[in-house]
Amino acid sequence: MGDPYTPQELMVAVASREIRDGDLVFVGMRLPILAYAVARNSHAPAARGLFEVGLMRDKPATGFLGTMGDPPNVTGALWATRMSNAMALMAQGEVDLGFIGGAEVDRFGNLNTSYIGDPHRPTVKLPGSGGGADIAILSRRWVTLMSHERRRLVDRVSFITSPGYGDGSPGWRKRSGLLGGGPVAIITTLGVLRFPEGGGEAYLETVHPGHSVDEVREMTGWDLKVAAHVSETSAPTDAELAAIRRFDPEGFWTVTKA
Amino acid sequence: MAQAIERFVPDGATVALGTALEPLIPFAAGHEIIRQSRRDLELVGPISDALFDQLIGAGCVRRVTAAWVGNVSEGLGHCYRRATEQGVPRAIEVHDHSNFSISLALWAAAWNSPYIPTRTLLGSDILTTNPNLTIDGDLVRVHAIRPDVAIVHVQRCDAEGHAHAWGPMGITEEAGLAAARVIITCEELVDASSLLKHPNRILFPETKVAAVVHEPGGAHPSPVQGFFQRDHGFFRDYASASRTREGFEAWLKRWVLDIPDRSTYLSRIDIEALRIRDG
Repeated sequence: MGDPYTPQELMVAVASREIRDGDLVFVGMRLPILAYAVARNSHAPAARGLFEVGLMRDKPATGFLGTMGDPPNVTGALWATRMSNAMALMAQGEVDLGFIGGAEVDRFGNLNTSYIGDPHRPTVKLPGSGGGADIAILSRRWVTLMSHERRRLVDRVSFITSPGYGDGSPGWRKRSGLLGGGPVAIITTLGVLRFPEGGGEAYLETVHPGHSVDEVREMTGWDLKVAAHVSETSAPTDAELAAIRRFDPEGFWTVTKA
Repeated sequence: MAQAIERFVPDGATVALGTALEPLIPFAAGHEIIRQSRRDLELVGPISDALFDQLIGAGCVRRVTAAWVGNVSEGLGHCYRRATEQGVPRAIEVHDHSNFSISLALWAAAWNSPYIPTRTLLGSDILTTNPNLTIDGDLVRVHAIRPDVAIVHVQRCDAEGHAHAWGPMGITEEAGLAAARVIITCEELVDASSLLKHPNRILFPETKVAAVVHEPGGAHPSPVQGFFQRDHGFFRDYASASRTREGFEAWLKRWVLDIPDRSTYLSRIDIEALRIRDG
């Protein structure tokens, strides 16, 4: 312990701890690719990864991945197939955990990755759903990772690309016909926001080392609820850091560029 | 290549491209479309790693029907942003999808079905911005998308269009079956006998394939399983160049407009550094 680490490395370590042994994980892009590799190398040796490009694998890729479709992710795969086959498993409720990136998230875990401002004349056009909406609706539980800024953690998103708990009323997902359970955590650069069992509004569960509850609340765009006993997020262990650096040797994903 | 694009990708066509997601993106074909100044295209794809952004920036596009448009390792698509936010170089229409729903829309067309009902997209505002997604009771109807042409890069093909592709295939099969016709671009043009030894692996019926173009390196900078790694640096350089309109125009001139064909393009990069040697 004690080795210095970047905020992204901490986020990867925290995300990896969301993966349970034996989970089928819809992996997504960027930091979750590393989180999957870390989990497989520590507490979840029986997890499997499913990639929407059309891949299933057990062991993480041995080479660096800029995208999930890179050749090292195909070498040693358990299944190379079409996307609709990967989606078929998720539509059947077979995906235990999904990861989704987001530009904006709100207190009820709804994600916006489509439009800032009026969709017909947006201030910012974001890239879109990708598989995000599908994961949010169909996976059994999901987690999102985000830089903690007031403009990103907003009271209500103006456009729901990937639904969390909608308007936050009890039973919203079931009433709306959504199959999966919804978001369980928002992992940010400052802390971990958790959702209560059964869904609803996010609350602050842990604060990353070097940050305070006040700072997190200040950087959040709504009056953030705080757990009765907020603890400090456990720093990445030496083993977690070693695994992260093995899979991202040049810090492509985990070192903030100036 | 020039002939294939000239004959089968007219102005106003609906074109499916980049159907294997990050790998096998037919950049050479896309660049030829730009050189021939095609206009008013509708682009159809799942996620697009930079190629849609380039076609939009070059003014070829009237509508994008896709789940995601940007630069996968770098983030936002700057030309896509300029077109949707400021109408530069022209305004474009966006029909948002998710990855699952764009696949279903193409399967619907492949099966000549007006739509496929699904549970995905329930609760998403994507349903409010795309007229081809409608709600029917507690299901979403994903209406069929029938491309005029799908352009697909593969590892091996013969002159009749019997193609073998490997690695993850994304939405390639449904895009090809849904399209009126398919253009194949390939790393290796081979004899039919080696391909037809494994007929289960043939990607499309030969009746769908209108043109086969032997275009080694035609997917650069995207990866080709067994042939080339992804050129991450090239994607990074494109992202930083395209940040401004002027930067994009200079990039386009250097890498597309001033280049007559793919072999000239390949002579300006270190393609050998990306080659996969162990299969």
